[in-house]
Amino acid sequence: MSDMTPIGQPLLEVRHLSKNFGPVQALNDLTMMVRAGEVVALAGDNGAGKTTLIKAISGVYQPSSGEILLKGKPVAFASPQEARDQGIETIYQDLALADNLSIGANIFLGREPMRRKYGFLPVLDRAKMAEAAKTTMALLDFHVSRLDAPVSNFSGGQRQAVAIGRAVYWNAQILIMDEPTAALGVPEQRKVIQLIHQLKAQGRGVIFISHNLQDIFAVADRIVVLRRGVQAGERKISETTHDEVVKLMVGG
Amino acid sequence: MTSPPIPHHAATGHVAPQADHADKARTLLQRIADLRAWLFLAFLILGFELWSRISFGGTFLFNPFNIQSIAVFAVAPLLLATGQTFVIISGGIDLSMGFIMGLAAVVAAHVINWATPGMGFGLAVLFGSVVAVLVAAIPGIVNGMLVALLKVPPFIGTLGMFGVARGVAFLLAGGTTVPVKNEVFSALGNGKIYGVPYIILVTAVFVLIMRYLLGQTKFGQHNYAIGANAQAARRAGINIKWHLLRLYILSGMCAGLAGVLYAARFSAGAAQAGEPLLLDSVAAVVIGGASLFGGSGTILGTVAGAFVIAVIQYGLVFINVAPFWQFISVGVVIIISVLIDQAQRRFSGGRQSE
Repeated sequence: MSDMTPIGQPLLEVRHLSKNFGPVQALNDLTMMVRAGEVVALAGDNGAGKTTLIKAISGVYQPSSGEILLKGKPVAFASPQEARDQGIETIYQDLALADNLSIGANIFLGREPMRRKYGFLPVLDRAKMAEAAKTTMALLDFHVSRLDAPVSNFSGGQRQAVAIGRAVYWNAQILIMDEPTAALGVPEQRKVIQLIHQLKAQGRGVIFISHNLQDIFAVADRIVVLRRGVQAGERKISETTHDEVVKLMVGG
Repeated sequence: MTSPPIPHHAATGHVAPQADHADKARTLLQRIADLRAWLFLAFLILGFELWSRISFGGTFLFNPFNIQSIAVFAVAPLLLATGQTFVIISGGIDLSMGFIMGLAAVVAAHVINWATPGMGFGLAVLFGSVVAVLVAAIPGIVNGMLVALLKVPPFIGTLGMFGVARGVAFLLAGGTTVPVKNEVFSALGNGKIYGVPYIILVTAVFVLIMRYLLGQTKFGQHNYAIGANAQAARRAGINIKWHLLRLYILSGMCAGLAGVLYAARFSAGAAQAGEPLLLDSVAAVVIGGASLFGGSGTILGTVAGAFVIAVIQYGLVFINVAPFWQFISVGVVIIISVLIDQAQRRFSGGRQSE
């Protein structure tokens, strides 16, 4: 991970980004920044433009105007795959895992390592996958007893950790997490919050979408509030309150 | 860190000790479910052995003739079932395999008859077999395009191809069976080496290749992933369309090989060669531990499943029971097998929602 940006330096900048679908202006002149080692929460009511924003950042949508800079360089992603190749990974709420495969197999899904058996026969390198699973999950301070077990055996929080682990293994610099705690029980939510702290300590940037202000205040450094496609406000978490954020969200 | 510290132990993924019992019970249940086909097989063989000793005073299992007959019996359904295993793991089904097999048998018969005068016996067999397997790939390509590109549900797409392959096979055969006049071909179908029929050797080698393909290659790994969560597979960068296209070509070619071996064994190509075998192949896969919901199944399980069916069919004839009991027995085994699958699913599913 020698290409990591030093903590505190700008990692991702979004400048004057707009996106319209026909006459509908989903996002209007939005500017925000994520620094290395920083967690930025996106908040806002349904339809405020949070999802449009992260889809533009992760290559699902192409912005109508404005620009995205990655480590100071303008980028344009034609597909999510291109965004991923440049280190922007999205952790989906509905867990993009193959439940019947092991942690290692999920980390390497689509990019499986091969080795040669008997010197000629190409076979999946399961030992390498298991080893990577072990070290990656340890990096997230997450220990499982059975690395060969299918991930369906694990709890929701553990599987969320596997999805994050996959991003970490492939050296994602920016992780976009859309409601990562929504489907989880309270202890599991705490695990995920702890995982986000780990990512932050490793100097990655995290964009964190949540409806849960408790989670936002537990993990984020800054909060960007959207309302009807425009930025309604941006605050440092240490300098704001639940009440103020709610007011920004509802426009009171 | 700017936020309040969280107790360390709450944040780690250590499996709590009290979960270990459930973990062990689940592992055991999973093992049993994985091995159910082999348990069925052992149970059946034991049953026939006892019956045989009590009523005839002879052995069932230790008679090489019985074993060989069962194996020969199992060849065609097993070849279909290995291809079907891949398709079912991907979450699909290939209903056209039976008539693709018939089509290949008829094509092999015609081509070998046509080529024998010019090429000689051996080369004509090789040529005809290759052509038949390649022809079998054509309905596979169409199936693959229907499912992968046009998003037709596999059940309907391959049902359509079932009809098309059936019609084409009967048209090519002229509504009758096509006898093959080629000694090498019938030797391939009926000859033995060290007492083992060639067709069993060919099938065994083929099954090993398919097992390698499913268990050790990217293709196999992606097949499992697509069956479990196609969206996850797509997000991971797997080209699902290309995968499904190759998958249905593979199942078509499995049926093609089954058709060639059928034609060799009977020295004739018949359009209806695989007609009764399609459902046997699906049954073998399901008994072998695969789930029709996709995502699970193994080639070794399917081998056991195919042998369960073959042992029931042969064993009931062996002990002089009316052949119609076969249908009932195989049906009961399928139902028990699916019940085990569902019980296991419910059990391991309970934990996910915790």
